[in-house]
Amino acid sequence: MEVLLALSIGVMTASGVFLILRPRTFAVVLGLTLLAYAVNLFLFAMGRLQIGLPAVIDAQQSGYTDPLPQALVLTAIVIAFGMTAFLIVLAIKARSELGNDHVDGLHLAADEEEQRHHPR
Amino acid sequence: MNLFEFQLPLVVLLPFFGALLAFYSARYNRLAAAWVSSFITLLSLASIAPAIGTVFSGSNLIQSWPWLESIGLYFSFRLDGLSLLFSLLILIIGLLVIIYARWYLAAKDNMGRFFAYLLMFMGSMLGIVLSENLIQLVIFWELTSISSFLLISYWQHRKDARQGARMALTVTAAGGLALLGSVLIIGEIIGSYQLSDVLANGELIRQHRLYPIALILLLLAVFTKSAQFPFHFWLPHAMAAPTPVSAYLHSATMVKAGIFLLARFFPVFSGTEMWTWLVGGAGLITLLIGAYTALFKHDLKALLAYSTISHLGLITLLFGFGTQTAAVAAIFHIINHATFKASLFMVAGIIDHETGTRDMRKLNGLIKYMPHTAALAIIASLAMAGVPLLNGFLSKEMFFAEAVLMSDSNRFAWLVPLLVTIGGILSVAYSLRFVHDVFFNGEPIGLSHTPHEPPRRMKVPIDLLVITCLAVGIFPAFTIEPILNIAVSATLQHTVPEYSLALWHGLTLPLLMSAAALSLGVLVYFNRNGLIANYERHQHINAKHYYLKTIKRLLKLANAISQLFDKGSLQNATAWVIFSALLLGSFGFINYSGSLFGTRNYLPVDAVSLMIAGLLMIAAILTVAWCKKRLQSLISLGVVGLVSALVFVKFSAPDLALTQLSVEVVTIILLLLALYFLPASAPRETSRIRLWRDAILAIASGLAVTLLTLMVLSRDFDSISDFFIANSVSAGGGSNVVNVILVDFRGFDTLGEIVVLALAGLGIYALLHNAKLTPIQKFNTDEIAHPVILQTFSRLMLPLMLLVAAYIFLRGHNLPGGGFIAGLIASVALILMYLANGIAWTSQRLQLNMQIVIALGLLSASATGLAAMLVGYPFLTSAFSHIHWPLVGEFEIASAIAFDLGVFLVVVGASVLSLVQLGQLNQHPAVKEQQ
Repeated sequence: MEVLLALSIGVMTASGVFLILRPRTFAVVLGLTLLAYAVNLFLFAMGRLQIGLPAVIDAQQSGYTDPLPQALVLTAIVIAFGMTAFLIVLAIKARSELGNDHVDGLHLAADEEEQRHHPR
Repeated sequence: MNLFEFQLPLVVLLPFFGALLAFYSARYNRLAAAWVSSFITLLSLASIAPAIGTVFSGSNLIQSWPWLESIGLYFSFRLDGLSLLFSLLILIIGLLVIIYARWYLAAKDNMGRFFAYLLMFMGSMLGIVLSENLIQLVIFWELTSISSFLLISYWQHRKDARQGARMALTVTAAGGLALLGSVLIIGEIIGSYQLSDVLANGELIRQHRLYPIALILLLLAVFTKSAQFPFHFWLPHAMAAPTPVSAYLHSATMVKAGIFLLARFFPVFSGTEMWTWLVGGAGLITLLIGAYTALFKHDLKALLAYSTISHLGLITLLFGFGTQTAAVAAIFHIINHATFKASLFMVAGIIDHETGTRDMRKLNGLIKYMPHTAALAIIASLAMAGVPLLNGFLSKEMFFAEAVLMSDSNRFAWLVPLLVTIGGILSVAYSLRFVHDVFFNGEPIGLSHTPHEPPRRMKVPIDLLVITCLAVGIFPAFTIEPILNIAVSATLQHTVPEYSLALWHGLTLPLLMSAAALSLGVLVYFNRNGLIANYERHQHINAKHYYLKTIKRLLKLANAISQLFDKGSLQNATAWVIFSALLLGSFGFINYSGSLFGTRNYLPVDAVSLMIAGLLMIAAILTVAWCKKRLQSLISLGVVGLVSALVFVKFSAPDLALTQLSVEVVTIILLLLALYFLPASAPRETSRIRLWRDAILAIASGLAVTLLTLMVLSRDFDSISDFFIANSVSAGGGSNVVNVILVDFRGFDTLGEIVVLALAGLGIYALLHNAKLTPIQKFNTDEIAHPVILQTFSRLMLPLMLLVAAYIFLRGHNLPGGGFIAGLIASVALILMYLANGIAWTSQRLQLNMQIVIALGLLSASATGLAAMLVGYPFLTSAFSHIHWPLVGEFEIASAIAFDLGVFLVVVGASVLSLVQLGQLNQHPAVKEQQ
């Protein structure tokens, strides 16, 4: 099971890294979101994998899962959402101000090119 | 509580507090700022007064509190003779300058800003002289640089003021950096940053091999601050400041800060050959250059500026001599220079104020129009020239005597008495010019109106200063000797050496030198026209030019270095970051000698898990494969998010699963909305080589992460969580350990995190509020028909969903749930309303300002923490008790629930604010206005 999870995290990381190297902002935002998911899973896994052992104190329970990574990841998920939201708004604003959605603000996308020639 | 225990910090901190008060009071009444400033200064004086007796009886007052003990930083203050002398100079001259400035500033000048800066400066200066801890001293040192920058650039509309201020800041702040270096070396040698320890261990420092570096760094700080050659050029440019500032900073205080350091560290650093050559050499050169240049300046303030440079050189030279009696003369001259130079600057300000010019070629014969001012100026100038019966004479006489004593110390030292006499001659000449050229010498030329005396009270500060000059000059033993003695013994850390303040020592060589200086000075002055013409024929080194050139070159170099790494392409930069991370990580792999994987047993794989992991990987890969078709790519990203929620469910993390699930919904809706403002597809623009490069980086990162995860997961470890599990119920009052960690054990972290979230929400609001963005596709949530079924259902569902949120929130402390999850569920409920019914419809019914919700959330969370402090516990300590609720049953009410409520509100506020702002962009302007 551990191998399976490690592989999944690896594939998510690879996809995220590839996406953040793309030249267009939307792909970069998706890449960062994907990378955030991978990082969250990775952090979570640092508490080792437990099945059927929630971190709720109960007299009948024999063992507990590690609550600390869970607490860290819980806030990380929310923060990642805040970051994604801010980034995507930044991307929108950049496209509107610069006229294109290149990460360096350089080239025009095909449909923007079209819009520029035939303004609706 | 005994207030006297805080006496010294009070002296220093009062002016900072007063700065705020002065700034705000000026809004109600222009003059209130001046009143407040005077009052605060008096208050500071009053707080230092009770300690004066202690210091005079020969003991030091040290008040100290640990701050960051591990790095040797203490919040600590010291009052001894030297710091008392300087504090009194700073406060008394400060008070006089405040009174003077109240009359000097024009009606259009902002009084509040001026006095706030002035008090800030006063506080920083007091901080320097009263600091016992050296790092604390450096902090105040930098504060004087900053506040003097603000004061010099007070007339912000003037270019010369801005430039002069920048130059002063660059030079003095660079010196501050050197001072930090020196202090760190001293601390390294002694093992303490407390001044008392440093003063007791002078021998250790002088013997140390780092002594030369520490000395040079210290002197860089001294020379930059006290305008010593070759860093003296900033002072004349700082004359663009209002004259009260020049009178305060550039005569009595700021430029004396460097001199203060020389005095403070005199017993530690002096007595070596290096000290004598460096300090004495710089002092001598500065003395001569300053005196020489002062003679040729036509601007009154420029003359005074160069004269100040020259006198500072004199004091530095005295310290450079390194003998105990020279130190007495130096400290004596510090006091004298402060009194006569401050009064001369104030006179220059009055003349400028009343005639509209400071050009001595135009100003002549003013004694007829302002006799009182003229009398003051004449006495102060004569003190500056060193005429008998005035204070300047006494210290200059001591100075000449020291120069004579030095003359047989080495092969070139016979030059010293000769050179200082030349300095004396020039000093007499420029002092005479200040008097004769301005107040006599014919009639004024080209003034727009007839000058007259300024308001009576504007001259009171000058009267007092000039009276001091006379009193010290005539009755030195009664006026100055007591404080001079304690200041000297504190400086030397030794009993006061034999010295005499008598006016008449008999017919000695120093007296002859004084006589020569006076008579030759008069001769030089009356031949000035030829000399000035000669001076102006020659090209002079323009320090400003070299300064600007150096700054320009530095900037160019800095740019060139940055451009080596940053070529303006984000992709490139990102690739470099990832590449370096991989490179550094691989060092770890290579150097690791143990077995790659541990011996922990793996959990068995079942078919469902295999399918889910497969789905996760396929979705991740599809997100990449479809990255040019944005909608499809986004959908597969959604799948990845949802499947990770399943992973959390599988591995016993119900809280995480709930959070991930609700975040996923909000994220995808947000990104969907954003798609309307971004092109639907991306062009082909990446070369094959770059694609390969990115693919290799991506696959390498993936492999590295897989390997790393597996290495960790195959090993056992000792968790630190046993503490949390053991104490969750007893200390935190909740059985859901994850939630107790969030709101109690690590509550401060959570507070930081919701602040970040709040900032993200407000940032989005700032970016989008009232922004006019053109969508790529036209879309209006209020124009298209909303699906009736969804509409009906959403309205039905809303109370239910909010109830679920409330339930999840309340049970969060004991069962999976809590503020974060409940907040997200509530946001989803609200967002569903916006989606199903349109923004206009929903906004009409939900008139809730989300910014206020965020603010309330932060308030509730911080107030919980502060409440604990009020009761005497550390920030964010929680308390709890059990209550019985009908229907719900046994229920714990912990103060953490108020904190969690804050979390809840921030999450709701930030997520709804972001989405509604984005959704609103699509709206018709008319609809927007309706709201």
